[in-house]
Amino acid sequence: MKAAVIVFPGSNCDRDCKTAIERSTGAKVEMVWHGETALPSGVDLVVLPGGFAYGDYLRCGAMAALSPVMASVRDAAERGVAVAGICNGFQILCEARLLPGALLRNVSLKYICKPVDLEIANGNTRFTAAFNGRREARMTVGHGEGAYFADETTLDRLEGEGQVVFRYRQNPNGSARDIAGVVNERGNVLGMMPHPDRAFEPELGGTDGALFFQSALASA
Amino acid sequence: MKARIQVFLKPGVLDVQGKAVEAALHGLGWPDVSDVRVGRLIEFELSGDAAAAETRVAAMCERLLANTVIESYRVEVG
Repeated sequence: MKAAVIVFPGSNCDRDCKTAIERSTGAKVEMVWHGETALPSGVDLVVLPGGFAYGDYLRCGAMAALSPVMASVRDAAERGVAVAGICNGFQILCEARLLPGALLRNVSLKYICKPVDLEIANGNTRFTAAFNGRREARMTVGHGEGAYFADETTLDRLEGEGQVVFRYRQNPNGSARDIAGVVNERGNVLGMMPHPDRAFEPELGGTDGALFFQSALASA
Repeated sequence: MKARIQVFLKPGVLDVQGKAVEAALHGLGWPDVSDVRVGRLIEFELSGDAAAAETRVAAMCERLLANTVIESYRVEVG
């Protein structure tokens, strides 16, 4: 099992992701600088971590989506490799159009950092299988622009096709239909605002994040 | 020539910054203000084919300067 964590200038959860994946799955994790034009060979999971890539210039994720490495991430996604964007990584995947929709400023206009209760709306994805049918999870969020937005037709389609993977039980940010995480049609590219990388050991307040990474790599 | 691009959230997208600014203006004694939208102005110099300038700038907007999932844009070239 091998995972790659992409490091953009301004990423700040890249090392958290590496540690979380290593400790929860035992997988080897390679850090990949955004200027690279290839991913390590045989990679089973690519993670776009949280942070403020390129200082969130223009729009969150807009500049990062154009990084050289993103062409390789796109190729990997097309080959069926699992790709997970967490927080800023979710924003980047939306800007890269690897996922539908966009993340808007929180309705409160405040940066929110707190644990949230999530509903696992689809437990049959390659990112949620290890939850073994459990319908709830708890992780923390930390974002200022996490309100998921897509037009009504897209939202209907996402719900109809089971592409809504996580929902907030109590919507913290004004996200459309309480959406906290979505997956692409093929089921191998996922974006989520909550941080599994901040919930992989009891000392961090919960271990549900470990199940997320175990799911993603078990399906490889 | 100079290009000016205004980028705003689309009408159907809640502009929370606009709402906050509107409330602040009301609080300052201008209750007759409504529909405040906060957007972004991007300006740059552009050389080359003037006839195709608007098309080129529109392509830049589609590719980078605006996220058309949530934003619309207006281009002026002159």
